[in-house]
Amino acid sequence: MACMTRILQLTLNGRPRSDAITDNVLLLDYLREIIGLTGTKTGCDGGECGACTVLVDDQPRLSCLTLAATVDGRRVDTVESLVVDGRLSAVQRGFHEKLGSQCGYCTPGFIMASAGLLRRNPRPSEDEIRDALGSNICRCTGYVKIIEAVQYAADLHAAGAPP
Amino acid sequence: MNEMVPAHTIGAHVPLVDGPEKVSGRAKYTADLIVPGMLVGRVFRSPYSHAEIIDVDVSAAAKLPGVKAIVTGADCDKGFGVLPIARTEHPLARERVRYCGEPVAAVAAIDDATAKEALRLIKLTVRELPAYHTAQAAMAPDAVELHSHRPKNIERDVFFELGDVAAAFAAADLVREGTYNCPEVCQNQMEMHAAIADYDVERDRITVHASTQVPYYVHLMLSQILGMDMSRIRVIKPHVGGGFGCRTETLNVELIAALLARKVGGCVRMMVSREETFITHRGRPETDIRLKIGMRKDGRITGVECEAIMRGGAHSGYGVVTILYAGSMLYAIYDLHNVKYIGKRVLTNTPPCGAFRGHGTVDVRFAFESLLDDMAQALELDPFAVRRVNLLPSVPTFTDNDLMVNSYGLPECLDWVERESGWKARKGRLPKGKGLGMACSHYISGASKPVNWTGEPHATVKLKLDFDGSIVLLTGAADIGQGSSTVLVQSVAEVLALDLARIRIVTGDSDVVPKDNGSYSSRVTFLVGNAAIDAANNLKAVLIAAAARKLDAKPGEIECLGELYRAGAQDKGLTFNDVVSEALKDTGTITVTGNYSTIPESHGGKRYRGAAIGGTMGYSYSAQVVEVSVDEETGVVTVDKVWVAHDCGKALNRLSVEGQVQGSVWMGMGQAMSEEAAYHDGLMLTANMLDYRVPTIQDSPPIEVGIVESNDPHGPFGAKEAGEGSLAAFLPALTNAIADATGLRFNDLPVTPDRVFAALEKRARKDGVR
Repeated sequence: MACMTRILQLTLNGRPRSDAITDNVLLLDYLREIIGLTGTKTGCDGGECGACTVLVDDQPRLSCLTLAATVDGRRVDTVESLVVDGRLSAVQRGFHEKLGSQCGYCTPGFIMASAGLLRRNPRPSEDEIRDALGSNICRCTGYVKIIEAVQYAADLHAAGAPP
Repeated sequence: MNEMVPAHTIGAHVPLVDGPEKVSGRAKYTADLIVPGMLVGRVFRSPYSHAEIIDVDVSAAAKLPGVKAIVTGADCDKGFGVLPIARTEHPLARERVRYCGEPVAAVAAIDDATAKEALRLIKLTVRELPAYHTAQAAMAPDAVELHSHRPKNIERDVFFELGDVAAAFAAADLVREGTYNCPEVCQNQMEMHAAIADYDVERDRITVHASTQVPYYVHLMLSQILGMDMSRIRVIKPHVGGGFGCRTETLNVELIAALLARKVGGCVRMMVSREETFITHRGRPETDIRLKIGMRKDGRITGVECEAIMRGGAHSGYGVVTILYAGSMLYAIYDLHNVKYIGKRVLTNTPPCGAFRGHGTVDVRFAFESLLDDMAQALELDPFAVRRVNLLPSVPTFTDNDLMVNSYGLPECLDWVERESGWKARKGRLPKGKGLGMACSHYISGASKPVNWTGEPHATVKLKLDFDGSIVLLTGAADIGQGSSTVLVQSVAEVLALDLARIRIVTGDSDVVPKDNGSYSSRVTFLVGNAAIDAANNLKAVLIAAAARKLDAKPGEIECLGELYRAGAQDKGLTFNDVVSEALKDTGTITVTGNYSTIPESHGGKRYRGAAIGGTMGYSYSAQVVEVSVDEETGVVTVDKVWVAHDCGKALNRLSVEGQVQGSVWMGMGQAMSEEAAYHDGLMLTANMLDYRVPTIQDSPPIEVGIVESNDPHGPFGAKEAGEGSLAAFLPALTNAIADATGLRFNDLPVTPDRVFAALEKRARKDGVR
């Protein structure tokens, strides 16, 4: 059955865009396959791993369970939005310098969930970090250095770096 | 003036050289390489566990608009497999399907929806055969053979007895036997399998991007499967989202993509789902272990008898090697004599198992360290004392099965975890429901003989130095997230005393980089690291010769300070760039090679068939203490903390060593507490990340890492492996801690709340408490 096509208007990584999409296209596929923003990853068959996490109006959202049509008029931020003037953001620097990222595949999802956390809670406790990242799976780190990365990012953020 | 300090990073905390790409989303993994106009590949899989194929009818699918090519078993009669002795698997089943989910046909279509619709139109007609989903069923006397060349469905029978085990048990004060069951577990790396194959019809060449740990094996298997000369094949490994062993073998994914691309004469992207990634498998086989140990009153082990039966799955894969490791690696951790090992690797109608982190060693180590703990308790000995009385008396030494041990930091590992965990003060004095357990493990730093033995050096690295003064490190070693590229850059920089920024690394493109035997068995740091040091020393010799010429001095008088070369402290010397300019005058662009070969003494023995498996240049060692709380109302076990000490010889990158050790301990925790591949009639029930229960950040404990440096005489700067050896010890340390907390010993994994609760209930009923 043919799908309806519509125009999606949104602010993607700070830039307004309009794109023709079919009603049934997932936000994940819109980002990766239509726009070419492949920083957002596919790690499972739907809602199991958190690798595809993006921010919709600053709230972490699984792009694999979100129809692109539902973000019409919204602000969507992917991992590609965080680097400002060529510099890593606080969360990115934390994951890089504290080895919160090994193979790197879950990393964009963790980073966006962490950025969302710091935007609403700049000084999270360890328990709050665990709560915020509870639906993201990492298979490399055992999470120890991910927690350190987010704590370090909160320190950098407190010193003025964007999250 | 010339206060030049040579740059130095070995032993420091060094973030990954490819970290900025990973955290910014710029790192490209296979599925991210979107080529305009490429086709989508999808696989039709067998719904049967075991059946003769009567017909694969693709006629309706072929007529569907948008379908560009379909391949079936008829398109390829060649077998593949990681071991040269067992290349009997086909990319697409021929004549028979042997597990539920085995690829039967594949489609290339203009988009995903069309490809999936085409799969629905494929008709598979079969005659079903009896299917065997357990090792015992497959070994039954009247069982149908899965493969005609493997009678009774035994992939490999291993037997050895070194010493006199009966006499050893007779001389023991205590002989105890236990049986253990470790279920099948999956790597479940975050990146699902993917491949992009692009066939150039005009030139009869193919380029394949594959998410692999060993691009060289992919190259070999593509040549075999396609019947193409290797010179017509190019293999590229983009960023890889983890592997943990399942990508050591060439997988059907990349082979099917290549068959489709050639048939269609274009580019095909093959992405498989998480479910298909689980079913492609190559995880750790379910293993049943019967273990018997004889011990004297002081804890000294007199003899060991171990039987291991592995449910290997439907194809050979790495199976022979896995069952051999399980026996050979009984050795090289303690001073053992009088050991008997019986191993059976069984072919079953389940997805094929393979090499999973800690290959072959983990389940037997779980059994061994569990039984040691049990016996220590029976003899009223401290578990640490039992390990200490059985330590290797001295190194260097050779074990009874001819494994060469040159460095041995296990005593220091034991000291560290005992001290840091407060063992002496706290063991036996914790509140009710809390417990402490300990265990040890070890692993190889690279198999001393590669699977495809060609007589070449075991590792080769190239360095290119050009007019711009930058050094390009060319290696085939696959960084799969373990940080191998960083360690190789560090090694070269250290020898040349240069900043890391001078060095760029290029990996993973067979057109550019030298062949490498791949990222498996923790070989890269040790073997490729040594080759990188050799290459850097060769480059340094060229630069020193050039500096000497320019400074009118003898090479022996030249001091290399990285950015400055001088003839004595009074000389104002030459900058690195000046030295490079001088060096280039003779030859233009400079390329040097570094090699490393393992020494014959490391190649293992000949005392039984397959005794070479287990040989390595260096063994890593690990000791762990695990602290748990057991909720007796619910059976829920919480790991409060882990202390782990790992002897990696020398920590080249402390940050990476910590991360690798934490990751291995945690992966051991998953296997011990929650992970299990479960089947119903051969259909994997747990082929998603909700039912296959990987620990989340909420379940995961603090893991404190102690780095022990035994400085291996052959290791690069003294280093050994850090990424696998600490996995195995977690499993028994956990069950030993639960035994300490509850008095209940769990020999069957995973130790789920259900199992703990049932055992607590059973005891309570027996005691008449409830």
